[in-house]
Amino acid sequence: MKVGYFPGCSLHATAKELDLSLKAVAASLGVELEEIRDWSCCGASSAHATNHLLSIALSARNLALAEAQGLTQVMAPCAACFSRLATARHEMAHDEGQAQLVRPMLARPFKNAVEVQNVVALLQGLAGEIKARATPLAGLKVACYYGCLLVRPPEIAQFDDPEDPTSMEQVVAATGATAVRWSRRLDCCGAGFSISRVGSVVRLGRAILEDAKAAGAQAVVVACPMCHSNLDLRQAAMEARGASLGLPILFLTQLVGLALKVPRESLGLERHFVSAAGVLEALAAPAPEQRPAPRG
Amino acid sequence: MSDGSFHPDSSLAGELLRATGLNVAVCYQCGKCSAGCPMAAEMPLKPHQMLRLAQLDEREELLSDPSPWLCLTCETCSARCPNEVDPARLVDGLREIALKRDPAAAPRRLRAFHEAFLRQIRRHGRVFEIGLVAHYKVRTGALLDDVLITPAALRRGKLALLPKDIEGREEVRRIFEACERAARKEARS
Repeated sequence: MKVGYFPGCSLHATAKELDLSLKAVAASLGVELEEIRDWSCCGASSAHATNHLLSIALSARNLALAEAQGLTQVMAPCAACFSRLATARHEMAHDEGQAQLVRPMLARPFKNAVEVQNVVALLQGLAGEIKARATPLAGLKVACYYGCLLVRPPEIAQFDDPEDPTSMEQVVAATGATAVRWSRRLDCCGAGFSISRVGSVVRLGRAILEDAKAAGAQAVVVACPMCHSNLDLRQAAMEARGASLGLPILFLTQLVGLALKVPRESLGLERHFVSAAGVLEALAAPAPEQRPAPRG
Repeated sequence: MSDGSFHPDSSLAGELLRATGLNVAVCYQCGKCSAGCPMAAEMPLKPHQMLRLAQLDEREELLSDPSPWLCLTCETCSARCPNEVDPARLVDGLREIALKRDPAAAPRRLRAFHEAFLRQIRRHGRVFEIGLVAHYKVRTGALLDDVLITPAALRRGKLALLPKDIEGREEVRRIFEACERAARKEARS
């Protein structure tokens, strides 16, 4: 299976481990990722917050490049990139006045024929294959955190249920880990305020992580580099009031990679601020129910 | 009354309609947007109040307020709105209109971030985080308050050190210029 690949800027820096683990997992599952040649930034929140036309044109350029490359589908592992590319696809189809302004900016033909997908949808489609090949991560309890843009707005994302999604839990189940039930899996982590309004990020992230911890999660699983950066890098600040959180934040691709036993060094787990070592050690130890029963 | 000339609706609602294709008048103030908004607690004007002020054409009070800039575009309001008002898209529209009225409309740090971010794309075609953070910090003077530029971040390979321009960076620059021209034209009309 061949899938067009739009890494986005974060995957070359703060979320390099998402790029690494995605590639390792894709190779293991027989998925060929073909990167869009010479892709540019989707514009992220700064474009749509200041100039809507710019946000559509910057993302449409990437769809046009993918089209020129003969791709029919593009997967963007960053939830924000996914949302911006999907918004451009949607508006280029439904707002002809705006499309007429954008088309001449793209410097190449554009038929708007490329579908946009996120990484959870890709893995959900492969859940059967993952389950068949997984060494189950038995005993590991994780909280699936969707954040905002994987499922919202529904007419753009066209993915899962916007209030009660199950796709990440399905992938987690395929790895043999257990997804805990909790309340804040669709709350916003503060997204683009990571640098410009850290206090908001800390307030929002603390509520999310305290809820995950109260539900018994040993780790939080995410599918967005913004969510990851906010919840991992800022976690120490969220703990400042004395309550220890100590929740490793794993990309869904890393969790799948652990279950598929892809080489540990290709998952980039050591790049996180909150160490996943404790969780991984617990996995390495035989699960309690598998130990031989004491005799005598 | 009609002399055949065309006068576009100069009210804020009319401007929003042109910018977003959405009619703010259909909001009936149920408050569901504000109830689910993660930033409402920090906003002087809650989302439903922003929409109300837009309906009432209270332009100055709304456009000079920081509240539109505090929206994270998490889309909770738009997903839940019972009348499909799409508050998140309208807030984007308010921000654009506020910028046309006053390029320094956004709160200082948020403005510096957006400017630094877009400058990275315009220059390189992509965003290089270290350049983004450095530019932002110089602009805001917030030099020492962040773990992003630390040995710990560098050690983890969290920062790409050298910007590498894409081949199509001229294409990207022309997209910026065309979109800025379109915004100026809209502001004059």
